[in-house]
Amino acid sequence: MDAITQNLDLFWNGFLRSLTICLWGGVGSLVLGTFIATCRVAPVAPLRTFGTAWVTVIRNCPLSVLLFMFAFGLPEIGINAEYYYFGLAALIIYTSAFVCEGLRAGINSVSAGQAEAARAIGLTFTQTLTQIVLPQAFRTSIPPVGSVIIAMFKNSAVVGAFGVGLDLYSVGESLTSAQGFAALPVLTGVAIGYLMITLPAGVGLGVLERKVAIAR
Amino acid sequence: MSTPSVLYDAPGPRARRRAAVGGAFASVVGLILTGLVIKRLADAGQFSGDLWGPIVNPSNEDFPAVWNLLAKGVQATLTAAALSITFSLIIGGVVGVARMMLGRRARMPVVALIELLRGLPVVITIYFASRVLPELGVDLSGLPGEAGLWFLVIGLTAYNCVIIAEIIRAGVASLPGGQREAALAVGLTPGAAMRLVLLPQAVRVMLPALISQLVVILKDTSLAAVLALYTELLRQGNLIALNLHNPIQILSVVAAIFILINYSLSRLATWVDQRSIRTTRPRRVEPAPANVS
Repeated sequence: MDAITQNLDLFWNGFLRSLTICLWGGVGSLVLGTFIATCRVAPVAPLRTFGTAWVTVIRNCPLSVLLFMFAFGLPEIGINAEYYYFGLAALIIYTSAFVCEGLRAGINSVSAGQAEAARAIGLTFTQTLTQIVLPQAFRTSIPPVGSVIIAMFKNSAVVGAFGVGLDLYSVGESLTSAQGFAALPVLTGVAIGYLMITLPAGVGLGVLERKVAIAR
Repeated sequence: MSTPSVLYDAPGPRARRRAAVGGAFASVVGLILTGLVIKRLADAGQFSGDLWGPIVNPSNEDFPAVWNLLAKGVQATLTAAALSITFSLIIGGVVGVARMMLGRRARMPVVALIELLRGLPVVITIYFASRVLPELGVDLSGLPGEAGLWFLVIGLTAYNCVIIAEIIRAGVASLPGGQREAALAVGLTPGAAMRLVLLPQAVRVMLPALISQLVVILKDTSLAAVLALYTELLRQGNLIALNLHNPIQILSVVAAIFILINYSLSRLATWVDQRSIRTTRPRRVEPAPANVS
């Protein structure tokens, strides 16, 4: 266990770095995913086509392929950046497709009768949208979008494995490969780092899910 | 909108006009953006025959070798995915049934195992397998194929077997309680009720979710390229690109192959799902949202 206790500060920094990747990735993919979801349900046909194409392509393409494309493809056309930004961009784009599907599932789960009833009692379009449809859609979206964000935290390990450096995965990599510590204790430490987030987050999401559940 | 939506009324003439104007505007913006991307690619010479030739021109000297290697990569990817899904189904089936049939106390280690493995990134389980197994002296040389393949398969199986165990549990849980009660009432043991009555029905309910999980496994095989563990499609493509200096072109082909295979599988899942709607059936099993991984 020396490998962990000696390098506790390294693990902690890696943990924080993974969280940072997840934080920026979460903000980015929620914004982008909301935009794509808006496109997918828009009354304008070209936007819907764009949204559908985006989701179909990104969802069926592995994150690692996107990572390779960003890191090796973009420099070819003169776009250079640190791997960190390439990794973050790929993670955001990849996750946005799943965020979009979570949000869309929420909107689709609101029955048309809700909007019809709202109109029948004289609410305007804006009132119907902001007071009847979206609040219900938002609540239904919380579980799937929450799972997507948890999965994104796990996916930040892929970005780390790609050579972003300094995150939880990279700490394990450098301790075992460069400094020659035994893999078992180091990687167990890395695994604990990920579980420290994913397990409580999963439990929290379950609680939240029961709390915001709508009786239908 | 082709289907009535909760968001909008059926459009009248004015709304249709607005949608048409908005559509035209969006198309123009889209075309301009696409044009900019194409111009950027063209300025960097990315449409040149040197870069595309090995992929699209059969008379190019590299053409046969490139496609031969890509075919090998596809084969390697499919092999890894097939092995992983097979082992995941077998182990996941055992784990899932164990979780359902054991008593409250006895199933605690099983639940703990499921929660632990579910909370880990797949790339970590694969990395763990590739680093820790050799250290513990596990010898895989007796198995056919290279060691990297088996590390990948072990890592993928460790993660996906618990996901499949949960899919199976959800499938059985979605059956009406009367099925189990009736099976026990006619004198079947709990084990026989599970094997003869519950599981066969559950399989039909969870088939779409299982196919969706196969898509996830297929995508995750490409993690082997990130870890430089096993030469599947993505790593194969990357090696070609290093030789021919055309990463954009080769990686586009790799992405297209992945998308084609996975999209077909997703359609298959939808088709199976809709086909089973015809018969009366219990609540559907949602595919694991961890699809993202």
